[in-house]
Amino acid sequence: MKVLRETWIVFIHSLRVALRNPMTIIVGLLQPITWLLLFAPLLKNLPSTAAFSSAEAINIFTPGMLVMLAPITALFSGIGLVVELRGGVLERLRVTPSSRLAIVLGKALRDLVVLFLQGILLILVAWIMGLRLHFVGMAIGIVLMLIVGLLMVAASYATALTVQNENVVAAISNTLLLPLLLLSGLILPLELAPRWMQVAATVNPLAYTVEAMRKLFVGQITNDAVLQGFLVTTILAGLALFWATRSFRRALA
Amino acid sequence: MGIIETNGLKKQFTAGKDVVEALSGVDLSVSEGQIFGLLGPNGAGKTTLLRILTTVMKPDAGDATVVGHNVSTAPSAVRSAIGYVSQQGGAEVAATGRENLMLQARLYGLEPRTAKKRVNELLATFEMESIADRVVQTYSGGQQRRLDLAMGIVHRPTLLFLDEPTVGLDPQSRARVWDEVRMLHRNGTTVMLTTHYLDEADVLCDCIAIIDYGQIVAQDTPVGLKRKIAGDVVRLELGMNHHAYNIQDLFHSQLFVREIKQEQETLQLIVEEGEVALPIILRTLNENGLDIRTITLDRPSLDDVFLMQTGRSLREEIS
Repeated sequence: MKVLRETWIVFIHSLRVALRNPMTIIVGLLQPITWLLLFAPLLKNLPSTAAFSSAEAINIFTPGMLVMLAPITALFSGIGLVVELRGGVLERLRVTPSSRLAIVLGKALRDLVVLFLQGILLILVAWIMGLRLHFVGMAIGIVLMLIVGLLMVAASYATALTVQNENVVAAISNTLLLPLLLLSGLILPLELAPRWMQVAATVNPLAYTVEAMRKLFVGQITNDAVLQGFLVTTILAGLALFWATRSFRRALA
Repeated sequence: MGIIETNGLKKQFTAGKDVVEALSGVDLSVSEGQIFGLLGPNGAGKTTLLRILTTVMKPDAGDATVVGHNVSTAPSAVRSAIGYVSQQGGAEVAATGRENLMLQARLYGLEPRTAKKRVNELLATFEMESIADRVVQTYSGGQQRRLDLAMGIVHRPTLLFLDEPTVGLDPQSRARVWDEVRMLHRNGTTVMLTTHYLDEADVLCDCIAIIDYGQIVAQDTPVGLKRKIAGDVVRLELGMNHHAYNIQDLFHSQLFVREIKQEQETLQLIVEEGEVALPIILRTLNENGLDIRTITLDRPSLDDVFLMQTGRSLREEIS
């Protein structure tokens, strides 16, 4: 259909332009590597994992780290959009007969490419450090991570188009980042958390994602948690895209 | 029916507690094949009107038909038939000129091969072949404007909207843009441009509408508008004691004076024969003890038309 074709056109164009500045991508790729190297020895000292070797710790914490990649990169992608809005680029694209969804989705997919590469690299380096591979589970896990990434990118775009100020976008993203991560169970297991935190986690899409990812990484593809994770993130990603597309129209009116 | 027809267009903006009425009932009719100019000071509503006509914005009231389609009910039909070059242009600075043009062409539905041919054609026409593969960041203002124009016509629209096409350009680049607009016109494209430059409106446009505070105050050819002033313009700058007299009374009885407009110490008289009127005016003012700092005699200009219609000088608005 027309929308798919236009999304592809915007995606390829935006990717080509982004690749002209490889620095952002290279810096982005260094992130997962440094995490693994820094986290592994630290995680060994937590009471819940002290009994395990560092190789075992890798197996326990890599799924969480894959999920962590999404908000840290994707939540800030709206900043670039504010710059484009200010330069009149979005107004020009708006006048073409192409759909708003295609423009938003095409740019979002470009932002997801880095996330995808980060995910692959993370699993690769973790494997070297002792991660047991489950190909199917991990491939599905990458897809799940990308859906969460899309959710974050779309939400960031919608915020950017509404506030139209990159400092505000950065501030909002920074404020949301830590609660999202802490209330998801990836740094500290939620069983150790007080009741109110456990309740708060039920509205955090990342909590469902972490649960699903942990099952996927041990090959339990058909677990309920996996289904739940996909359901929650896909629905929210769809809503976020809808919100971003609407904000795109409102931004210029 | 014209290629653009509007009826009572209204648009309001709220900025905090203030409500700004950007357009308060705009009725416009633009014929096909013209270069049509919308002339007015900054803040008059030109960009708002353009945004509504290009379907970027929705009007609060009224309707508009562009190239036969209603902007509210058939926006995508409008968008396929028009081109729009906004004031900023909207080129992606991190991409090359060629990439910008290619994206634009593809989004208008051109197949990859056709798009490539068209892009090369445009690069040749606008003499941008040497800079086509450099990023737009490195372009000069004039080069960027040429790229913006090329992007606007990539799909050969019948109607092209230009918002302040020569703002910030040096005289050479300005003249180039004017030439390119004329070239488009010769090839059958209708062009509607907004401007606050009098010379641009005067020299380039077949028909001008003067807009002020969200309303069209006059519409005609440049010659037609000036002819309405019907006479020569005597402009005086009075001295400190101009408050002392009611100058209108002094000249009201004089038959050769068609119209008088005063704005602080600037006095504008529209007279029948400037050369004959001048000495009489000087004598009258002198006899009544009024100081005159400067005096000029001119054929009417668009600024005079603007002053006559709105009571303000466009030249002073923009300085």
